[in-house]
Amino acid sequence: MASLTDLVNLNLSDTTEKIIAEYIWIGGSGLDLRSKARTLSGPVTDPSKLPKWNYDGSSTGQAPGEDSEVILYPQAIFKDPFRRGNNILVICDCYTPAGEPIPTNKRYNAAKIFSNPEVTAEEPWYGIEQEYTLLQKDINWPLGWPAGGFPGPQGPYYCGVGADKSFGRDIVDAHYKACLYAGINISGINGEVMPGQWEFQVGPSVGISSGDQIWVARYILERITEIAGVVVSFDPKPIPGDWNGAGAHCNYSTKSMRNDGGYEVIKSAIEKLKLRHKEHIAAYGEGNERRLTGKHETADINTFSWGVANRGASVRVGRETEQNGKGYFEDRRPASNMDPYVVTSMIAETTIVWKP
Amino acid sequence: MANLTDLVNLNLSECTNMIIAEYIWVGGSGIDLRSKARTVKGPITDASQLPKWNYDGSSTGQAPGEDSEVILYPQAIFKDPFRRGDNILVMCDCYTPQGQPIPTNKRHNAAKIFSHPAVAAEVPWYGIEQEYTLLQKDVNWPLGWPVGGYPGPQGPYYCSAGADKAFGRDIVDAHYKACLYSGINISGINGEVMPGQWEFQVGPSVGISASDEIWVARYILERITEVAGVVLSLDPKPIMGDWNGAGAHTNFSTKSMREPGGYEVIKKAIEKLGIRHAEHIAAYGEGNERRLTGHHETADINTFKWGVANRGASIRVGRDTEKEGKGYFEDRRPASNMDPYVVTAMIAETTLLWNP
Repeated sequence: MASLTDLVNLNLSDTTEKIIAEYIWIGGSGLDLRSKARTLSGPVTDPSKLPKWNYDGSSTGQAPGEDSEVILYPQAIFKDPFRRGNNILVICDCYTPAGEPIPTNKRYNAAKIFSNPEVTAEEPWYGIEQEYTLLQKDINWPLGWPAGGFPGPQGPYYCGVGADKSFGRDIVDAHYKACLYAGINISGINGEVMPGQWEFQVGPSVGISSGDQIWVARYILERITEIAGVVVSFDPKPIPGDWNGAGAHCNYSTKSMRNDGGYEVIKSAIEKLKLRHKEHIAAYGEGNERRLTGKHETADINTFSWGVANRGASVRVGRETEQNGKGYFEDRRPASNMDPYVVTSMIAETTIVWKP
Repeated sequence: MANLTDLVNLNLSECTNMIIAEYIWVGGSGIDLRSKARTVKGPITDASQLPKWNYDGSSTGQAPGEDSEVILYPQAIFKDPFRRGDNILVMCDCYTPQGQPIPTNKRHNAAKIFSHPAVAAEVPWYGIEQEYTLLQKDVNWPLGWPVGGYPGPQGPYYCSAGADKAFGRDIVDAHYKACLYSGINISGINGEVMPGQWEFQVGPSVGISASDEIWVARYILERITEVAGVVLSLDPKPIMGDWNGAGAHTNFSTKSMREPGGYEVIKKAIEKLGIRHAEHIAAYGEGNERRLTGHHETADINTFKWGVANRGASIRVGRDTEKEGKGYFEDRRPASNMDPYVVTAMIAETTLLWNP
């Protein structure tokens, strides 16, 4: 019989100029990703050349049944690492037929903040460290852990190698290459402190593209775990007890911070973040109070602290930045399930636009 | 479904000039290997072209949490046999942000010894025979052994073939080719006396490169056992009783030893090693007292003796060397878990720099 893989990997460029575009959007929970595909005339490299589309919002908790159409506006294009050829992934955001962003559309407001002239002038860069946990299918227990039990305590697993220390590397490595292929600015990966937990980093990316890239990278990750028969979790504290949680540390800099004298600009920005700590925490991901305990390389959720090379602080400044007098800082507060549109734009808004 | 293997094997050279560099370092126990990857502009042909990096030393027992950054200095590059293309493995050593080698960084001191003019002039060659044991995952019992029991006594297994005598050859053969691919000077492999135990040899390599190659060869081996779902042990006496231990015999020669009259130079060097026996033994690997019993082709740990073709001696000189009046000798004392930076540098220091 012809192999299923042969068919999935058919290179259509020889037989047709049609391409397949996978439209991706965020569903009603604010964290669930959805997608569907359509055939278009190709190739297409500019999202403005793609048609708007729509989906059944009543099936994703985003519209009532009797008025269920939600409109998809294409915002960014990436190469499809699964279909390859000229096929594409398209990250979209969601609007009512009347053209209003629906409540779960966080990109719209972020785009407004990022097009504020004060913000654009500062060219905000983001490097996001997305942590996640791999779970065994059906039992939802971390990959590599004995069912009904626990592995040896944390210590050997961070950046570890070996069948007793590293679980799921093929997923991580497939994801790394797939993202590079897709055109996502993925800057690295590492095994995390809790066994079965991993991290990838995206950036430095400018403004809103950081959020687009994180969402598409999450989508590609979920597609790859689907193939591997493993479940990906973005829960910030998947296992209670002496096990690290999962965060999405957000590294950030503006033009002024990257130039000479930047260290003072950084310190002022951190002061502003301190004053708005509660507002930020409220927007930094559901369930973060289970993670930000003050242990396991976190700062307590009610405390704002910052320090050089201090992984127990809310905000960490790297030694290199301190030494050079300029650079960037790391907001360690966001949870792994944060919405990057919300977090990146809020950091820009507080540090560049807001005045105490 | 699209294959995970297709994604892991994506050849990115067609769509980007970015490459993936896997930075490798030795962790806090002195024997645990750690690594993480980053994207850099390729191609990279020399370690000096790579940026320094840093990692969370508080997660590897190498720094406190409130001052956790440890700096990685790239020292040697090898082709990545897992990601292939232009992707690379990078052997690094570890420093404080102030530029001091951290206590577990044994390479720094070795590099100083190897760049001493008296040592460099003698062009020290090393051939290291790395023995190791393969264990079944979860039970940590040697590969091929019945769970809860033992195989037949030693005898049939050394260099053997057959499903009842050789366990794990696919790992060994994959490792051999992977090391050759990556540019490691791997000179051979053989099945060992204890079933489930194997050996590979690296060399002859000059000075510090012997150790860089052993560490990266160990890393590649642990990555391969990870793929195979088998656990790698570098313990020098994994099973008590009438079962061989695992060593890292270190073959050594200098320019003078390799030239006519070299046999006399060898004998003088061996004498010096005899005088410093206790110091060497202390640096030749944890747990070596369980291995160096005087049985199982070892010399007792408290005794120093040497002999031609004598596998029961601390130091063995080959018959060839004796006949030709020049050559090399084999220090059989180091354990499989020795640090090659420590051992190779110490042998050079004692025989070339130290005077009784």
